[in-house]
Amino acid sequence: MRLLTHNMLSCNIKGVTNGYPLTIEASKWMAKEVDFNGDFLRNIFVKIEWKVLIEAAKVMGYTDLPVEVDSSMLNSDEFLQKFHHALLEIHVEEGALICPETGRKFPVHKGIPNMLLNEDEV
Amino acid sequence: MKLKKLEGLLGDLDQFSDPKVELEQYPTGPHVASRLIYTAENSFGDITGKVVADFGCGCATLGIASALMEAEHVIGIDIDSQSLDIASTNAEDMEVNIDLMLSDIKGLNWRGPLVDTVVMNPPFGTRNEGIDMEFLKTALKVASRAVYSLHKTTTREHIKRVAIRDFNVKKAEVLCELRFDVPRLYKFHRKKSVDIAVDLWRFVP
Ligand SMILES: C[S@@+](CC[C@H](N)C(=O)[O-])C[C@H]1O[C@@H](n2cnc3c(N)ncnc32)[C@H](O)[C@@H]1O
Repeated sequence: MRLLTHNMLSCNIKGVTNGYPLTIEASKWMAKEVDFNGDFLRNIFVKIEWKVLIEAAKVMGYTDLPVEVDSSMLNSDEFLQKFHHALLEIHVEEGALICPETGRKFPVHKGIPNMLLNEDEV
Repeated sequence: MKLKKLEGLLGDLDQFSDPKVELEQYPTGPHVASRLIYTAENSFGDITGKVVADFGCGCATLGIASALMEAEHVIGIDIDSQSLDIASTNAEDMEVNIDLMLSDIKGLNWRGPLVDTVVMNPPFGTRNEGIDMEFLKTALKVASRAVYSLHKTTTREHIKRVAIRDFNVKKAEVLCELRFDVPRLYKFHRKKSVDIAVDLWRFVP
């Protein structure tokens, strides 16, 4: 699972109101190189929850993202490269996603998060 | 990528090894799948460089087709983990990167508006009534550009009405009518395969 997917996931247990963002617990992750697409990054930037991306990347040991960002940085190639790496190249392979409200763990196995709910959660 | 090339590649994908009747698991054939994705890109620019979600992805034919058409990011969601294992192998074989997620489409609440386009061949709802409309409702919530979906031609009027009246779509159009060969996967099908008419829809949320 890439961090772009993580950026939009929230806990869907019935009654949960603060299910975003899910905390990542990772015992295994990897980086896979993909082609750089500056236009895509410039476009999606405003839609990304930046703090959530920073925290997620940190779990996987990537700490190069700046804390303060604004759209002027989209002219910087150096910034875009870091954004690209965090958003599209880091993959969570094994671990769990944890609901911030209930502590419920959604396991991630072979890169696939299991978001299925039990009967009493829907 | 050329249409013929895409269709050829999709023909190499593995499909459900042990289809589950209650989940209406049958694949979108390479002919239909390639045309769906090709049209979405070449007529509307909804795939290349976009974030695409494949709802009820099964073995991820539509998601992988999107990745082959150079979608920037693809997420395939299915409720069945065995299908996702096949999807994962398929993606590796095709050397494309796609994210997969085990989840029920019902109740999915992703933060918008990150997904551009949803592509899907939802269950028709013959086993689980109303599931086709649940898929459509959720897809329209998640997508910011367009939803491509296949539905039985016999349900055309119903779908149009619900999409406009209940789901408030800006646009609902049938792009073409296709013949869909659903193979005899299940014992209760008497014939070898059933040929049904399906519509390829494009909705603008
Ligand atoms: C008609 S098949 C299409 C498979 C694949 N998209 C393709 O085009 O080859 C429908 C798929 O929806 C999945 N499905 C059925 N109900 C679901 C649900 N509630 N949530 C998520 N997936 C579901 C099934 O497991 C199956 O893979």
